[in-house]
Amino acid sequence: MSFTLVLTIVLILSLAGYRLGKGRAAFVAGRDKGQRLHSRPAYYGLLTALWCGIPALLLLIVWGLGEPLVIENLVVAELPAEMRALPENRVELLVNEIRNMVDSNMVAGDRDEALSRAADRYRQLRITSGRLGAGLVLVLANFSIFMVRRRIRPAMKARNHVERIIKVGLIVCATFAVFITIGIVLSVLFESIRFFRIVPIHEFLFGLKWSPQMSIRADQVGSSGAFGAIPVFAGTMMISLIAMLVAVPLGLMSAIYLSEYANRKFRAVAKPLLEILAGIPTVVYGFFAALTVAPFLRESISGFGFDVSSESALAAGLVMGIMIIPFVSSLSDDVINAVPQAMRDGAYALGATRSETIKQVVIPAALPGIVGGVLLAVSRAIGETMIVVMAAGLAANLTANPFQAVTTVTVQIVTLLVGDQEFDSPKTLAAFALGLVLFIITLILNIVALFVVRKYREQYE
Amino acid sequence: MSNGSEKTIEVVKRGLGRRYRVEKRFRLYGVLAIGISLLFLALLFASIIARGHSAFRQTFVKLSVELAETEFDLNDLDRANYQGLIKKTLRGEFPQVKSRSDKKALYSLVSSGAAFKLHDLVTDNPSLIGQTVEMWVPADDDVDMYYKGYISREVPEGDRRLKDNQLVWLDKWQAEGKIEKRFNTIFFTAGDSREPELAGILSAFTGSMLTLVITLALSFPIGVAAAVYLEEFAPRNRWIDTVEVNINNLAAVPSIIFGLLGLAVFINFFGVPRSSPLVGGLVLTLMTLPIIIIASRASLQSVPPSIREAALGIGASKMQTVTHHVLPLALPGMLTGTIIGMGRALGETAPLLMIGMVAFIVDIPQGFTDPATALPVQIYLWADSPERAFVEKTSAAILVLLAFLIAMNLLAVILRNRFERRW
Repeated sequence: MSFTLVLTIVLILSLAGYRLGKGRAAFVAGRDKGQRLHSRPAYYGLLTALWCGIPALLLLIVWGLGEPLVIENLVVAELPAEMRALPENRVELLVNEIRNMVDSNMVAGDRDEALSRAADRYRQLRITSGRLGAGLVLVLANFSIFMVRRRIRPAMKARNHVERIIKVGLIVCATFAVFITIGIVLSVLFESIRFFRIVPIHEFLFGLKWSPQMSIRADQVGSSGAFGAIPVFAGTMMISLIAMLVAVPLGLMSAIYLSEYANRKFRAVAKPLLEILAGIPTVVYGFFAALTVAPFLRESISGFGFDVSSESALAAGLVMGIMIIPFVSSLSDDVINAVPQAMRDGAYALGATRSETIKQVVIPAALPGIVGGVLLAVSRAIGETMIVVMAAGLAANLTANPFQAVTTVTVQIVTLLVGDQEFDSPKTLAAFALGLVLFIITLILNIVALFVVRKYREQYE
Repeated sequence: MSNGSEKTIEVVKRGLGRRYRVEKRFRLYGVLAIGISLLFLALLFASIIARGHSAFRQTFVKLSVELAETEFDLNDLDRANYQGLIKKTLRGEFPQVKSRSDKKALYSLVSSGAAFKLHDLVTDNPSLIGQTVEMWVPADDDVDMYYKGYISREVPEGDRRLKDNQLVWLDKWQAEGKIEKRFNTIFFTAGDSREPELAGILSAFTGSMLTLVITLALSFPIGVAAAVYLEEFAPRNRWIDTVEVNINNLAAVPSIIFGLLGLAVFINFFGVPRSSPLVGGLVLTLMTLPIIIIASRASLQSVPPSIREAALGIGASKMQTVTHHVLPLALPGMLTGTIIGMGRALGETAPLLMIGMVAFIVDIPQGFTDPATALPVQIYLWADSPERAFVEKTSAAILVLLAFLIAMNLLAVILRNRFERRW
């Protein structure tokens, strides 16, 4: 039986459980005269439904996750001995092939006899397991309805039970975020450790040559694979720096004008328009950078006698800066507005002009918050992917010339992981090591920025 | 004393002109900053609209195809040589074309999709066999580009995608009214294709929608539940602080990291099918969850405590207070946050590249486990294609994506204005 069908049946059973529980509560209340129901009848129904649905769904999920593993082991165990004797990754390939045969419903043709037999076995096991799983789930659901219904008494504290169950559910959802973080750390960390076993960590962090193309055969010409990430980090820094040079002055000045000078009407129009810049998907910016900005820069700057690459760091950085403007401006806007009016009034009373007040009172007071906002923007720039994938280069040049092509951490992760990959090659694992570096750097930037902003807010509250 | 104060005033007055000029200049910087930012916005939209608007109309050629009965086996219509029929019709149009290379040039004027169109026409309506049907077939992308003005006759023949003899044939067709630009339905009803004139966004769009369904179904309930717990039930302690820092931090983690997580955990560990909307939806759930939690918490915070106190005062339990009173009042704000989160998920590309949703998908995905791609990924793929015609397709796909995002944000704004209560 299909997953969705079983799911639907479980939901219908829960609904039935609700009706049964509610009815039973009304019945026992009528039977045991003088004893009032502890909770309203609906809670008895809810209790029955929850007890019916939750265990059944959990079983369903566990079954769904565990089924492929068990079946694969069974199928592998039945393969001919010479196949099982193969090295582990070859066996893995065989299993993959069997799985493909099963999924595409291929009939045993000119395929290997043993494999097609295994595929048949796989299919058969899957049907059996599906039936067994569905049966168990449904029996469990029915059994729980029966058990709960039998235990319904007027004195039963159904509401308290239901609320406790719901609260546990809420707690599970709230801790989900922590599990995501743990998941990120573990998944990136494990692959990185495997990478650092092949490539020493100091070579990765301080090496000057990045060329991750590994030769597959020993006699192949070409690169031997060098994993020194300094050029990649330098490229990331350069593009981020260009982006910040665009975004910080424009964003900060916009925020100052909007919060200190602009009248209400202008603000009501300009602010949402600026926010649109933040809502445009990054792939659109990438397209804009690659097809409009980069050719324009090349044409206009080449006139001055510079040699501009069509994938120049300048184009990618400039467009990334545009994307970050609203980010800087809205964060600065918040902190500038948080500066108490009394401080401005004090400056005005001393005869300062508006710009003097802003430059000498408001900005120094808001500085920690602005710095926090800029740090968040830097972390955004470092982690930005699509613009650089589409507009920056692939080759890792160690250069300080913004007219040349450079590459970034995110570009390398994408190029290493998109397309065919074998999961054990250092080439693939390198992407995870880069991901780890990216995660750690952005994490530090975020934590520092959030801390600074929070401290700053407390100061004026 | 009075002498001294006069001096001060003079000093101030002397500096005043300069200070006012500085003031004016500072103010000008502010206006300039906003002006430049908005100019970039205008440039972005203008360049994309300028490139993309032409993709909504496409060049079609009228062919009169003679469906001779001898060409068809009535029991097996699929076997007939439709490509051959189209070629024969083209030869009939220009009998003077004899040499092999000229014929090839002639055939390349209409899209290879013409044969499929003819096949569909005949299989849907076999009674047409024996007649001569007039049909509009899509022209080749080079012809399309020529009529949209992207290929110039001035360019020397060697550098031109359309050769002189092809232009002569096209001129004849045009003089006979056999060439027309029509609304491009293919773009909205077809999947991806290697031929720009046959490529459409429907498969990518369906993939995006399936992905969003998963994202919404998971992230909305989990996000709201988490927000309710943190805002209404959680004790103030170190553990809860950790959870909160975590959520704020996740909102700022680069999206590509979520792609790495999806690849390592969902695909390699749990064996969720690669390239499927299911795994895409799971990854985007992780990304949108912090956004929804933060918005929902803000919304819960804006419900005044007096509502809670009133409910508790007449004997409601904590849970009843939340489910009967606080949650309904906070729901509009939560929905607004969710729509904004969904908009973010719809435009997200990078993590989907990691989990294999960057694929050449011709068929429309039918379910959550079929291989699929998403609209932004399709844009990325087309942007990489060398054909000139894909530039306008890319821009048009961007316009569709932006239209959806604007619609979603408008909905969020309307929802907020309509239901938001000021206490």
